[in-house]
Amino acid sequence: MSKIIVITSGKGGVGKTTVTANLGSALTQLGRKVALLDADFGLRNLDLLLGLENRIVYTAIEVISGECRLEQALVKDKRQPGLVLLPAAQSRNKESITAEQIKEVVNQLAQTFDYIFIDCPAGIEMGFRNAIAPAQEAIIVTTPEVSAVRDADRVIGLLEANGVKNIRLIINRIKPEMVQMNEMMSVEDVLEILAINLIGIVPDDTRVIVSSNKGEPLVLGHPTSLPAMAFNNIARRLEGEKVPLIDLMASQENFLSRIRRFFKG
Amino acid sequence: MIIDLIEKLFPWTSNISSREQAKQRLKLVIAHDRAGLTPEMIESMRKEIMEVIGRYVDIDQEEMEFTLESNDRMSALIANFPIRRVKPEIIDN
Repeated sequence: MSKIIVITSGKGGVGKTTVTANLGSALTQLGRKVALLDADFGLRNLDLLLGLENRIVYTAIEVISGECRLEQALVKDKRQPGLVLLPAAQSRNKESITAEQIKEVVNQLAQTFDYIFIDCPAGIEMGFRNAIAPAQEAIIVTTPEVSAVRDADRVIGLLEANGVKNIRLIINRIKPEMVQMNEMMSVEDVLEILAINLIGIVPDDTRVIVSSNKGEPLVLGHPTSLPAMAFNNIARRLEGEKVPLIDLMASQENFLSRIRRFFKG
Repeated sequence: MIIDLIEKLFPWTSNISSREQAKQRLKLVIAHDRAGLTPEMIESMRKEIMEVIGRYVDIDQEEMEFTLESNDRMSALIANFPIRRVKPEIIDN
């Protein structure tokens, strides 16, 4: 039974595509067959983050219109056998796609792959509705900022209204030093507001940008970096393993707060 | 400069942190988003409720509360109308 998971956020620029690329790579390393569907028609980027932009021949649009077979459009990642990308069209009229057509493509993918991740466009319009239509599960990506959390809440409401039951949260770009100074909301703060299950936290890291420059997901290029470890942990949680959260605040503790915590037990 | 330093050394001397502000503002705005009620609708609801209550009791206008709150993905209307006194004509009946 394959898992069909939409990765969505409402707000743009919070890291949906980075999460999609890294979770796909992490699960491939765990031996799973993974398909990544870029549902951001007109503004595709997943190909760039994976370093596959020069290898695209056909896109999901040609599959939908019957101009090519599904297998012809799938871009295989040579570094990671088991991972494929179904790219979005960059130019064609995205209004011409329907939710039914996306569902049909995803159902075809589900016959071969263990995981299908749908990288959702920002916003809550047609593109969002098409992207969530085939999903059984959702991963919400947010950052500890007011606008991102508010939009995440809206999207959670819409997913629930559309019958997506299993909704889990990734809090991205946490800066422990700012949380420590009471200048950024903590993981607990965001969870208190959104009241959904957490599947992972990812610290802010400049290497995320470097890896996007190179077109090489962090879990491949810097597997020992904190964000890569965070993505690997999320992948294992998706596999049903119980993995404790990385303690991002540990490095921020000084002598006094350690003593305090020791006595609190 | 010096004030910044003092605030860092004694966090309790500073005003409410931006982290706490973010939380409080979000809670309010999300309660409204979830309920799907516009500020006008809430205001007219408040007026109508006040009208009904006002037939029976005098309310302390200064101390009253009327807000939307959200907990565990459920919205709730929290209203608190401190009663000054029951209207004499109600007691007579």
